[in-house]
Amino acid sequence: MTLVLDPRHVAAIGRHGEADYPAEACGLIGGALEGDRKVAVQLVPLVNQRTDSARNRYLIDPDSFRRAQEKLERDGLEVIGVYHSHPDHPPAPSAFDREHAWPWLSYVIVGVGRGRAGELKSWVLAEDRGTFDEELITSEERKVVWQ
Amino acid sequence: MAVTVLIPTPLRPFVGGRDAVELEGGSVGELLDRLTGEHAALKAHLFATDGRLRSFVNVYVNDRDIRQLAQRETPVKPGDTVSIIPSIAGGTAVAEALPKLSHEEILRYSRHLILPDVGVEGQQKLKAARVLLIGAGGLGSPAALYLAAAGVGTLGLVDFDVVDKTNLQRQILHGTSTVGVSKLASATARIKDLNPNVRVEPFETRLTSENALDIIREFDIVADGTDNFPTRYLVNDACVLLDKPNVYGSIFRFEGQASVFHATRGPCYRCLYSEPPPPGLVPSCAEGGVLGVLPGIIGSIQAMETIKLILGVGQPLIGRLVLFDALKLQFRELKLEKDPDCPVCGTHPTVTELIDYQAFCGIGAEPSYDGVEITAQELRDEWQRHPDLLVVDVREPHEHEIAHIDGAVLIPLGELPDRLGELDGHREIVTHCHHGARSLKALEILKAAGFSKVRSLRGGIDAWAVNVDPTLPRY
Repeated sequence: MTLVLDPRHVAAIGRHGEADYPAEACGLIGGALEGDRKVAVQLVPLVNQRTDSARNRYLIDPDSFRRAQEKLERDGLEVIGVYHSHPDHPPAPSAFDREHAWPWLSYVIVGVGRGRAGELKSWVLAEDRGTFDEELITSEERKVVWQ
Repeated sequence: MAVTVLIPTPLRPFVGGRDAVELEGGSVGELLDRLTGEHAALKAHLFATDGRLRSFVNVYVNDRDIRQLAQRETPVKPGDTVSIIPSIAGGTAVAEALPKLSHEEILRYSRHLILPDVGVEGQQKLKAARVLLIGAGGLGSPAALYLAAAGVGTLGLVDFDVVDKTNLQRQILHGTSTVGVSKLASATARIKDLNPNVRVEPFETRLTSENALDIIREFDIVADGTDNFPTRYLVNDACVLLDKPNVYGSIFRFEGQASVFHATRGPCYRCLYSEPPPPGLVPSCAEGGVLGVLPGIIGSIQAMETIKLILGVGQPLIGRLVLFDALKLQFRELKLEKDPDCPVCGTHPTVTELIDYQAFCGIGAEPSYDGVEITAQELRDEWQRHPDLLVVDVREPHEHEIAHIDGAVLIPLGELPDRLGELDGHREIVTHCHHGARSLKALEILKAAGFSKVRSLRGGIDAWAVNVDPTLPRY
């Protein structure tokens, strides 16, 4: 599968990461399945629920997930991925990310070094949960983009 | 009719792309077993290797989380909807973000490392943590020792005092060999001996409105072990302004209390006590006494709460005040509400910077006692010349039993207003107490009652024992 992101989505994820720096920013990616492509349509920025170590952890609780999912479903979309920022760290998943990951979803990570958004990558959990594999991101401008 | 199980997008590929499946079963556990029986690949994503539901998998029956119901045993009936809802967690590669543990540290902390809620990551969090202890005294002693032993990487200590022999009954951070040494030097040596991995950052100063923000800003958590109200309000306000958790403890005689104040997550100290008591109403440990073990218990609670905050485990003592009664050996708990009108953490705060806390606590307005105090040597000389001089001891009888000045009359401060008739107003009167504070209050009572020739012994019986009669024990 590949993840299709609009450049405006990439910019918006970076801005969210910068705004919440040095805490981790997080949100959901709503979109649609087109063949073997997950096409992002709408971002749902969420509040990081972790208060003890928000610098290196993020949490989207089930209620937030449910509300976001219902909102997306009203627009005919579904949750296709999650984004979060890695303050002062490269955009690679940690062991903690892998342990807590769901299959199939795209895990988009943006590195935010000293408050400036940098590289952005997407990862997908292997079916045996053993590894997190980098996922191809295709950049496509869409006519309508909700942020 | 069967039960509908709603499948979230990430799991749909495992059930043939469907968003819902119909299953028969009487409980959530049966449904999930049937689901993973039919779609074996789902099992690894829903259940951990020990067979329990993974922490980030949430199951709702209709609109209720089964964790609030009967977990796996939650009954379901035909027509119900069971939803599998993800919670999503993750974060930076902690092994890189947090400091590594040396082999020595792994051995030292092995009893922590085998605790599931601590583990290597928790121990690394402790090592990365910066905790500031205000006061290296009764409460600060056990807190500093346990936090250092637990492997908190950096301990800041604020104190400006020197170790006194009377401290040793409870301040177990210090020892006989460090009497006369600064508390910070004494504490640093003890902490380094206990755990050389801990970095101690000493602040040999009184915490003031001028320096508090700069000192506290550099730390993650503050543990308040102060023994006076101005500093307690100062610590509280500074923590609210800087959004730092303030692990609070206080003790008096046989009772103690503890809480965690963190204004963004609950009430602050001012929500509990908006104003300080009038000066002099609540005696300090030096005046009122304290059982030595008590600060050990309350300071240990502060250490425990600090560690829980660092690890992010359990229920922190936020919004709760624990009251401890040593004589009954009883803990009670009070719920604390956040006060929306709180002057510092409320919706419209009036305190937006640090203020003059001495004045706030009514201490700055202390009257001048110039000319009404007499030193121990002066009293000895004058008493020899005028044996008619009347010395009034205003301490308690049990203090009198420890040590007293021969020839002095004992009238405890509390009884003084009713026993004025026993005093001869024509004679020169000198009041004395332990250190010279209560005798000034006695002097005011006597002056107000019309006694004109009254003075107070500066430094109390303690100064007398040091300068005049070394045969008296000091206490």
